[in-house]
Amino acid sequence: MSSVSNPPSIVRRTPRWLPLLGRSANPGDAVFRSVSRLFALLILVLVLAMAAQMAFAAEESFKEFGWGFITSQKWDPVGQRYGALPFIFGTVVSSLLALLLAVPVALGIAIYLSELAPLWLRKPIGFLVELLAAVPSVVYGLWGVFVLAPLMATTVEPALRSTLGFLPLFSGPNQGFGMLSGGVILAIMILPTISSVSREVLQAVPANLREGAIALGATRWEVVRVGVLPYARPGLVGAVILGLGRALGETMAITMLIGNRPEISASLFAPSYTMASVLANEFAEASQDLHLAALAEISLLLFAVTLLLNIVARLLVWQVSRGEAKGAR
Amino acid sequence: MSTRAAPLLEASDSSYKLRKAKDRLIRGLCVAFTLLALVPLFSVLYYLTARGIGGVNLAFFTELPRPVGETGGGMANSIVGSAQLVGLACLFGIPPGLLAGIYLAESGKGGLAKVIRFTADVLAGVPSITVGVFVYSLLVLTLGRFSMLAGAVALAVLMVPTVTRTTEELMRLVPEQLREAGLGLGLPRWRVTLKITLRTALPGIATGIMLAVARVAGETAPLLFTAFSNRFWNDGIDQPVSSLPVQIYTYAVSPFEDWHQQAWAAAFVLVVFILILNITARLLVRHRVKGR
Repeated sequence: MSSVSNPPSIVRRTPRWLPLLGRSANPGDAVFRSVSRLFALLILVLVLAMAAQMAFAAEESFKEFGWGFITSQKWDPVGQRYGALPFIFGTVVSSLLALLLAVPVALGIAIYLSELAPLWLRKPIGFLVELLAAVPSVVYGLWGVFVLAPLMATTVEPALRSTLGFLPLFSGPNQGFGMLSGGVILAIMILPTISSVSREVLQAVPANLREGAIALGATRWEVVRVGVLPYARPGLVGAVILGLGRALGETMAITMLIGNRPEISASLFAPSYTMASVLANEFAEASQDLHLAALAEISLLLFAVTLLLNIVARLLVWQVSRGEAKGAR
Repeated sequence: MSTRAAPLLEASDSSYKLRKAKDRLIRGLCVAFTLLALVPLFSVLYYLTARGIGGVNLAFFTELPRPVGETGGGMANSIVGSAQLVGLACLFGIPPGLLAGIYLAESGKGGLAKVIRFTADVLAGVPSITVGVFVYSLLVLTLGRFSMLAGAVALAVLMVPTVTRTTEELMRLVPEQLREAGLGLGLPRWRVTLKITLRTALPGIATGIMLAVARVAGETAPLLFTAFSNRFWNDGIDQPVSSLPVQIYTYAVSPFEDWHQQAWAAAFVLVVFILILNITARLLVRHRVKGR
């Protein structure tokens, strides 16, 4: 603390222009505040610049194809015809599949870790689940290509066909690389996101709600169902939407597993293609302006949708955790 | 507590056994789901070790990759490239993130701060590949080539929101009395912020930064068309550079057995590095909590 300065000497050197930076007793404060505010504004500028830049890059494609871009099925770089529907279909279906698989498991984990598990077990298990999120996407892809895809092709898909094969969903040749494998790998990757946000939400539920239910003689599960879940519901929905946003934008692992064929098929075994995957595969090689513009438009779509989902999800999660700050209800 | 209340109910509630059974069923389901989620984690770690560790030798760390058909060779250029990319990303990403976080923590009560806080959270959820597309048109098109600079900027953009939010949260945890003490001694506010608040929060922020580094070290998608790849050593910041994640991708989707082996070895090295960062970060947090 020897560096405690003598402020008066600084104040005396105040230049005339400094008050322009804001009302502050100390010129250092004004400068520091302005600089830090500038960098905070940078974040805002970044998001706006991303949107503007992509919109600008996509202009040519939008002029050429208009709204037909998102309804056309034809993606033909040689013939210069671009329609994004197969990618939109692949992205949406694989993400929904991932949610279907991941949400029950993730909520189960969150409830277990925040309500049911013995206290000493919560930290280590929570850590392991979070490690799932630490493994890079490309490593999941590698594991998917050499472990998951063969497993799907030889075991899971034949089993599904023999039991549920009458549904068009589970028909066609089993190849291991397709919508189902893509959905499974996405489910694994969004699971830690959903479970850790849900866990935070559950922990933000005021303790008196639990205590009330316990006092009424509720079992552990009834405490969760009656006391905790109704309060936490918006936050849990937010957690699921955050997971959806992650699934939509996930790139490497699904590119390596989904088969990369721009076709719309009723079968989950068939190869498909996602918006992120087509960017990963074609962006670096696109040489024609229109091709680049079409890819930029896909990127803009993806950006806009995930931005929107994130906004909704954050608002929902905040709704619950802010209630905690007020000690509400 | 519930067990103490239960006997009272047993007499009056005939469905008590059913309720108890339901409780047990759902508890069992939760345990099963938790175990189920750990299966892929352990499977990934098992295969990484089983298939990867054999390819990790001295040559892996010191030699350039060999062309297809020749066995051996290493990934030295990718390892160095990854280190350069992540280092530069820290250089570009951490200072803005820190300052933005300081702003949000120390003077962020107004509407602007709320908007920025929200934007940072939202930016963290933007797909990394779209960040790549953005940096591509920002730097690759204007400079006319793929470059280490572009790759590092893309990674930095991914780091900023994490660093910002971590800094803010940890600086908010610093007790108000510390700030008041500093101000009471006549320190100007900015010095209180830097010398007292930030310094107190710094170990925690460092942990957050370690986690952010661990995350971007494994990022592949934004590098595909910014840093691109390079079979040789990188020649400068304005030249394409090879990185471990991109190389893993290239090798994994190739049809060559030798390359698959290299991909597993590279993934093993990458994951070990990331796990070390993650575990160290956790241990640091626990150590500090215990120390208090």
